[in-house]
Amino acid sequence: MTAILEIRNVTRRFGDFAAVNDVSLSVASGEFFTLLGPSGCGKTTLLRMIAGFDDPDAGEILLGGKDLTGTAPERRPIHTVFQSYALFPHMTVAQNVAFPLKMAKRPAEEIDRRVREALELVHLAEKRTSFPHELSGGQKQRVALARGLINRPRLLLLDEPLGALDAKLREEMQIELIAMQRELGITFVFVTHSQPEALALSHRIAVMNAGRIEQMDEPSKIYGFPRNRFVADFIGHCNMLEARVADATPQGLRLEVPGLGAVAAPPADGARAGASGVLAIRPEQVRIAAPDAALDLQNRFGGKVRDFLYVGDVTTYVVDLESGARVEALLANSAPGRAKFFEVGDAVQVAWRHDAGAFLHG
Amino acid sequence: MRRAALAIEALAIGLLFWSFFSDARYALAGAALAALGAAAALGAFGQRRELPHFWLWFASILVYAFLYLPLAIVVIFSFNDSKLAAEWVGFTTSWYAKLLADVDMLAAARNSVLIALTASAVATVLGTMAGIAMHRYKPRLLPFMVLTPVAMPEILLGVSLLIFFLNTARPALALFGIEFDLGVLTVIIAHITFCIGFVAIIVRARLAGMDESIFEAARDLGATPWETFRRVTLPLIMPGVIAGALMAFTLSIDDFVITFFTSGVGTKTLPLEIYTMIKVAVTPEVNAVSTLLMLLTLGMIVVAGRVAPDVLRGK
Ligand SMILES: Nc1ncnc2c1ncn2[C@@H]1O[C@H](COP(=O)(O)OP(=O)(O)O)[C@@H](O)[C@H]1O
Ligand SMILES: [Mg+2]
Repeated sequence: MTAILEIRNVTRRFGDFAAVNDVSLSVASGEFFTLLGPSGCGKTTLLRMIAGFDDPDAGEILLGGKDLTGTAPERRPIHTVFQSYALFPHMTVAQNVAFPLKMAKRPAEEIDRRVREALELVHLAEKRTSFPHELSGGQKQRVALARGLINRPRLLLLDEPLGALDAKLREEMQIELIAMQRELGITFVFVTHSQPEALALSHRIAVMNAGRIEQMDEPSKIYGFPRNRFVADFIGHCNMLEARVADATPQGLRLEVPGLGAVAAPPADGARAGASGVLAIRPEQVRIAAPDAALDLQNRFGGKVRDFLYVGDVTTYVVDLESGARVEALLANSAPGRAKFFEVGDAVQVAWRHDAGAFLHG
Repeated sequence: MRRAALAIEALAIGLLFWSFFSDARYALAGAALAALGAAAALGAFGQRRELPHFWLWFASILVYAFLYLPLAIVVIFSFNDSKLAAEWVGFTTSWYAKLLADVDMLAAARNSVLIALTASAVATVLGTMAGIAMHRYKPRLLPFMVLTPVAMPEILLGVSLLIFFLNTARPALALFGIEFDLGVLTVIIAHITFCIGFVAIIVRARLAGMDESIFEAARDLGATPWETFRRVTLPLIMPGVIAGALMAFTLSIDDFVITFFTSGVGTKTLPLEIYTMIKVAVTPEVNAVSTLLMLLTLGMIVVAGRVAPDVLRGK
């Protein structure tokens, strides 16, 4: 795995405000890399610096080991798929897709052939003479994608490319994106604020917040071992219980949760007795059962069902614990035609494994 | 009833029109006005259901009539076989023949076309550049500089240009041994000055609604700044550029005040020449020139509609 893109300590300020703040990352050749973060966290700003529309105030960006500083956008072998698609309204689909090859001064017959292939790849062969305003959102998206890929850039940047599509179409496009990326072997840097999308598509994710990278890892690691409160909260759904470390051993932590008492948790970096923070635990890690059920789990608490949310495959129960804390638990609806196993007001017990969840500082 | 009222309105306008050609013009004009009043009254009592937008129709017909009937009268009288533009005598094309033999008029026409073509071409290039610059870089001063000549009273612009040419430009150039007099060149410069603003406004308006990322996409996909301009920016603003060019041409070819101040003694343009003729009398020859000018304008609108359909459709 060789790094194709390397970003070293890049900062971009607008006035006093640092939109991108000391960001470093490296993307491997052939990787599907995602920048994930809430709106306004600096994703587009970072992407624009990679593409060459903006320059870092500090730090450097390297492509294939070469510093890109001072290289005009048209001279970077990097293409972008814009959120607004940015199709040329006065050109047909075929002319749009042919544009990068034309700019690269390829011979006409080669352009013809490759445009045909690219349009076939995105299932738009019969739309070649249509104009952008005659296409649906999904079709425009495909044209933008074909146009970005046709000249085989070393890096394709995608700025929330699926943001404007409806849910069903988005899912279809996600599957196609993965297939296309694998088939062509082009490195993708994908930007999104949607965490399910990031988890589904990426080889690696960098979670951004307020101009900084909070955590960078594989999707399952990001989801399973969020490094801080922001990541835990932003990626998926999480129960957050205020906690204080009572005892820390290499085998695990003993936490003191106000109202609940002692809770066992897996070890955490740098957690010492007396440190305070939160215990983050995902709803699907929390078992919910009748009060008399025998649960062989260390962390076990009684409570009452306050509310539930049925979404088809699973139901989320909101449980008020006797101590006053509130915990959400997820239960798969394994019995057909049954929306819930517990009613509002039912006494229940919730429990989780001693190695589930994560203690987060701060 | 409302439809009938509109029919009566049209008839009344026709009558008014006819009164120009008739001996009994006061009687006819009076009858026409009475009929117009009757049409309005009839419409007022009509059923709303019959024609919902009656007053809109009524007003539109009037507006169009008063816009186009004077033009129609000019055209008709240019074919009138009478020296006096008073009543219809018979059909003739002799005024056109006379016009084509009129040396002064031909010289003026040649000047006008030369000035309008040159001034509108230069103003279109500079105005387009100014419009793009205003859109892209949001400068503070440029809009004032470009738009002031548009808003300034023509007479002020004319006088100040005259003073500039005579008191500033002439002595300054004389230092380098360059002599010049008021004439076609000064008129062209003056026309460029006030045409740039119109082109710039139109081009900027055209750019205003556009997705900026289109231009970045072009660069991103390998186009140099120049290729981006030629293949993306220019085609997209073309309707605005053409509309601006037409506007500049029209403004230039019919400008009187500024031309009057900056043309000096020997140089005449069509408006100046027509004005000279009309001081004596409104001759059919003037009608003939006007008709030709109208034809030219109409031709330009048709061409514009062909080259850039958006201009006419107002998109
Ligand atoms: N040209 C600019 N001038 C001033 N502020 C900007 C500019 N571009 C972006 N910003 C600010 O930088 C922050 C990050 O913006 P952006 O990178 O677009 O976020 P994202 O793409 O993650 O939603 C935002 O607060 C935005 O207002
Ligand atoms: Mg963005």
